Amino acid sequence: MRYLPLILKNCWRNRRRTILTVASIGVSMCLLGVVVAMYHGFYMGAPAPDQAVRLVVRNRISIAVALPLAYRDTIQRIPGVRNVMYANYFQGVYKDARNPKNQFARFAVDSGELFKVFGEFRIPEDQKQAFLRQRSACVIGRDVADSLHLKLGDRMPIKGDIFPGDFEFTVRGIFDSPRPSGVMYFDREYLEQSMSERRRGFVGMFYIRIDDPAHSARIAQAIDDEFHSSTAQTKTESEQAFTVGFLSLLGNVKMFLIAISAAVVFTILLVSANTMAMSVRERVREIGVLKTLGFTPAAVLGLILGEACVISVAGGLIGYLISALLMRMVARTPFGGFLPTLPAIELPVAAACIATAAAIGLVSSLVPAAGASRLPIVEALRSSD
Amino acid sequence: MAIPIAYNLRNLVVRKTTTIMTALGIALTVATLLAILALVNGLRATLSASGDPLRIVVLRQGADSELVSNFQRAQFQDLKYKPGIATGSDGLPLASLEVVTIANLGAVEDSDINVNVRALLPVGREMRPNVHIVSGRWYRAGQREVVVGKMLAQQHRSAHIGNRIRLGRGDWVCVGVMDGGGGSTDSEVWGDLNQISADLQRLEILSSATVKATDAVTAKALINDINNDQRINMTAVSEKEYYDRQTDSGVPIRDVGIFVAIVMAVGSSFAAMNTMYAAVARRSREIGTLRVLGFSPGSIMLSFLLESVLLSLLGGIVGCLLAVLLLNGYSTQVGANFATMAFEFRVTPEIVAVGLAFAVTLGAAGGLLPARMAARKEILDALRAV
Repeated sequence: MRYLPLILKNCWRNRRRTILTVASIGVSMCLLGVVVAMYHGFYMGAPAPDQAVRLVVRNRISIAVALPLAYRDTIQRIPGVRNVMYANYFQGVYKDARNPKNQFARFAVDSGELFKVFGEFRIPEDQKQAFLRQRSACVIGRDVADSLHLKLGDRMPIKGDIFPGDFEFTVRGIFDSPRPSGVMYFDREYLEQSMSERRRGFVGMFYIRIDDPAHSARIAQAIDDEFHSSTAQTKTESEQAFTVGFLSLLGNVKMFLIAISAAVVFTILLVSANTMAMSVRERVREIGVLKTLGFTPAAVLGLILGEACVISVAGGLIGYLISALLMRMVARTPFGGFLPTLPAIELPVAAACIATAAAIGLVSSLVPAAGASRLPIVEALRSSD
Repeated sequence: MAIPIAYNLRNLVVRKTTTIMTALGIALTVATLLAILALVNGLRATLSASGDPLRIVVLRQGADSELVSNFQRAQFQDLKYKPGIATGSDGLPLASLEVVTIANLGAVEDSDINVNVRALLPVGREMRPNVHIVSGRWYRAGQREVVVGKMLAQQHRSAHIGNRIRLGRGDWVCVGVMDGGGGSTDSEVWGDLNQISADLQRLEILSSATVKATDAVTAKALINDINNDQRINMTAVSEKEYYDRQTDSGVPIRDVGIFVAIVMAVGSSFAAMNTMYAAVARRSREIGTLRVLGFSPGSIMLSFLLESVLLSLLGGIVGCLLAVLLLNGYSTQVGANFATMAFEFRVTPEIVAVGLAFAVTLGAAGGLLPARMAARKEILDALRAV
């Protein structure tokens, strides 16, 4: 610690090189920050309290395969289950499908249960009542209302694809959610009426609100056991796992994230090692002087390792801050709907980034530092480079 | 007069540690870019191998994939005898009514692998002559038997001959492996239409129909005819176009990948800049000497720029080699329309060219400022430097 001022002075000596190295590490680290934040959000992060009390039941085969509506009553009877809401992913085409703004999620649901299961949605009571009264009414999330400039009473014509037909909905409510709310809900009765006799009575999934997040594993197991020997077996999972599963339909996300991190970490390692090798080579004579003055080999080693750490941690810190900003932007894209809400500064992610940076600094400077600390004084002083 | 390139090459060799480290960093950046491009390219190649311009996919109006479409048996009778449909060996029209659904291979391995299951009649196989059995045999009508695509058989234990796949109300035995010539069929499971639709309780409402036109001109007319027929209320699209549209599922992957590669490139060009600044500083006296010998500042700038480009080109070549050796032909899978589709990474010459161009641009960007600094050195100051 006593040598910290000396380390900082050394860092600042070749300013251009330090700035370039910090910038290079920072840019790469920001990528790592985004990847780590996503990984954390998808696979490790704890769900928000309002999400933790929700489970989703779907057909074990795939979300594209339906479940009998009659399962609702059986699920309702399982201890710990408070509310059950059946839902169909409706999809459909709203106006011009090529405009990404028009591609928000649309669900046909049990309108009476919607605001009980999604307790975090905020909607004025009169709008809620208007939505419940009218069969062809719909409610939309604030994000949809803002991006399409929709207001109460507007009509939304939607052409069905999974469920064929021309549908027209009236916006009766706009709700706010703590998460991205690019979604529309309408009453499934309206959809059921348009279906042919044979398709009636099947739903895509059930959203369940349970009494206590601590019971979620037990309740999920109880539901799946209940239907184990039925024609349509179920898979019950947390809402978070359900959305990640939806995303993984795009490909092996986990593998993709890990591959990117590996490439990034290795690149930073090379950049940092290169910088440290260059600065040690330029200072061989100086190291001889330090040793003459009584610096032990261990102290010299510490000086160089410390310098590398300071530089890479600075890069890591800058990179992390940029990545936090980037994550804000990602959350605004349609992709962001899959992500759990991320706080601006997430400690585990920040810690992972900075620890990685420090480790890279140490590893990258190990070889030049060891070389310098072992160098005999006479040889070092004689060096002309 | 230009400074010989040999001078730059020798310099790169003399500073081999720095050269190798900088070049490796660039190599990784280029390899990342190539990996993404090869992935998207492989996906596209697989999808375009799946489509035949003469085959026409008929879906329920508004449906964009076979999976969400549904098709009633009664409508099929109207479709079957439309003019322009080729006839098969038995004299009947080449029109195939099909059920496309999803099965989960996880029943065996407890992992979630969804695959497309296609149920068809013998005519469906007749109109796809490129699909043939490579081991085992075809499923028999009326039996709970299926055949699997060769990519599935390669990648999943549960898709081997003799194993069981759960679908509908029971288990189905896998009796053969088929080769669809690199298309999406290689990731599908095929079985008998009547058996599967009975099991799924979909005897009347099936998924889609595929018809084969006699030639390219009638194919267009047939598509228009079906699209305009109010009675059957269907949309028709050539199989080629159908699969081209599915390629869109690769677009987000490509965009994310290119973004990653560009961010990494910015980082690497800073690193190249660092290396080149160090080179300029160390060779100050050499630069002075070159100037004394009569080389102009312009040729010195060019020389250093060239050195930076050579350095990153070296990295680019290593990156391309990495991509070709490690990735080319490596098979992977993506989810397309709720089911996995297996395909291979394809590193083509065009992709390699893009990778090298990327490396050169990166090197030029990183070398520009250091080269300018080298060119601006005063002769006396340069010679005096230690």
